[in-house]
Amino acid sequence: MAADMTANVSIETPGKPQRRKRRRRDIGPLDYGKRLWMRMFVGAIFVLLYAPILTLMIFSFNDSKRNVVWKGFTFKYYIKAWNNDGLFEAFMNSITIAFFSTIISTILGAMIALLLWRFRFPGKAAYEGAMALPIVVPEICMGVAMLVFFARIGWPSGMPWPFNLSAITIAHIAFSFPFVAVVVRARMAGFNRELEEASKDLGASEWQTFWNVVLPYMRPGVVAGALLAFTLSLDDFVITFFTSGPDTVTFPVKVYSMVRFSVTPEVNAASTVLVVITVIATFLAMRFQSPSRADG
Amino acid sequence: MENWKNNKAVFWVLSVPGTAWLVVFFLIPLSLVWILSFGEKSGIIDIVITWTSENYVRASEQVYLEVIWKSVWVSVLATFFCLVIAYPIAFVISFAPSKWKPLLLLAVILPFWINLLIRTYALIAVFRTRGYVNFTLEWIWEKLNAILGFVGLAEYELIGARFEPLSMLYNNFAVIAGIVYVFMPFMVLPLYANIEKLDKSYLEASLDLGASQSRTFWSVVFPLTMPGIISGIILVFIPALGSFLIPDLLGGTNAQMIGNVIERQFKSANDWPFGSALSFLLMYVTFGALALRALLAGRKSGMEV
Repeated sequence: MAADMTANVSIETPGKPQRRKRRRRDIGPLDYGKRLWMRMFVGAIFVLLYAPILTLMIFSFNDSKRNVVWKGFTFKYYIKAWNNDGLFEAFMNSITIAFFSTIISTILGAMIALLLWRFRFPGKAAYEGAMALPIVVPEICMGVAMLVFFARIGWPSGMPWPFNLSAITIAHIAFSFPFVAVVVRARMAGFNRELEEASKDLGASEWQTFWNVVLPYMRPGVVAGALLAFTLSLDDFVITFFTSGPDTVTFPVKVYSMVRFSVTPEVNAASTVLVVITVIATFLAMRFQSPSRADG
Repeated sequence: MENWKNNKAVFWVLSVPGTAWLVVFFLIPLSLVWILSFGEKSGIIDIVITWTSENYVRASEQVYLEVIWKSVWVSVLATFFCLVIAYPIAFVISFAPSKWKPLLLLAVILPFWINLLIRTYALIAVFRTRGYVNFTLEWIWEKLNAILGFVGLAEYELIGARFEPLSMLYNNFAVIAGIVYVFMPFMVLPLYANIEKLDKSYLEASLDLGASQSRTFWSVVFPLTMPGIISGIILVFIPALGSFLIPDLLGGTNAQMIGNVIERQFKSANDWPFGSALSFLLMYVTFGALALRALLAGRKSGMEV
């Protein structure tokens, strides 16, 4: 739900002229961002927003089991988390699922984006609405739908790795590719259709036009969409919770079962790793989406 | 835009894989749930579809009505707090110098890329009895007590004989705080997009004509940002109403929401038809909210969620 909005939020320069009535230290009537109380409010909210996660990350290095008072720096909980077989296996499962889900949902999403960008067809509004459904349907409803679906059709369980992850991967693709479609389509909105026509006029085939003209323009959107699909898959808990079985535990599901018992520094360490991975992926996605790279 | 008939081959190649995936792995599963919601249990795992409405009737029993009602007011309160907090933030960001804007926006967006589970779990460490909030309060209490002792008031026990930690976890407060914490960015973004588009000369005109800042806000800015407010409310309210993880981890046994009841029907209680009916009630509310937004905002495209 994040990416479509980040894509829509355009950053414009307001160019606010200074007003005539100057009060306290050049603060114009519309310079709300310069008011001290406004700044303090926003600053306080940002602190509240980040403090829990930052403390979690900092205290993953804390040499104390009780996790409240700082007792010294250590990496031991990272080593413990690494050596925790269940946690490590869950992490590998998550990465594997995210990998396959990203590839397939990027391809499907990019195709749908091209379809919606290029063609006019009857029932298009309804089609777009249906495509947006996985984005808007409450996660828990989609989770139970997947549970019911795989149970009713008798999806084989107990297959060898990595095929035992197929049900979760399928579910992840189902909610990821509409997001990819939104991101890629936002990118394609800026494409000059005449370029495509020119290419075809000059005798290029459909495929050549796509490969040499459309795809180079589309690429930043595709990369951003892929990174989004990756983080969505890596982060998903609710839908995975309903599709996973005892031998197909993903990282968030494993952390959930651990958290239910107690808050341990080991979980903090593992969470920190996941947070760092997602933050890096997000930064990369933003870089590919940002207007400065738009003509790339 | 090209008519699909001009290039049917390309049209089908592009549309079939995605559409098929959506139909087989999304629409059919949802339809299955819908059909199940009219079924009856005939054994431990056997369900017969009898097209009974009993599951929906059962959802209106006292116990479940209370849970539904509670989910609604918890979500309403959380949405309200989100709005109150997010509005000034969106406002400050859109009036900030342009070089600061992307950074501030990123700061708002970043937390919701971080795993929902981890963010919820981080709150446990903050709120629990031996968590950071109580730790800070205890520290303040000790200092205050020392000062009171210093001025000779210790024997009156003005602030209690000893520090009583607040119980902030496993109640409605924790659930509401969790929802606000987790879904706040959903509120900031549509508000920001709306305030950003606002023609600032309206504000100047209002101020020039002698209206106070608060009058300008309530008579000019607030009505003009109504679309953003409505979008934000719906974007927060829908996931809040369906939230399962937050009440599960932060709420106790009496702070359950509809999502927890649904989960129980599919896991421990093993009553799939009833769980399906509850899921679809949640879906209907979601669709209702979306339809309301479409009606109010008069938007045309479904992809611009």
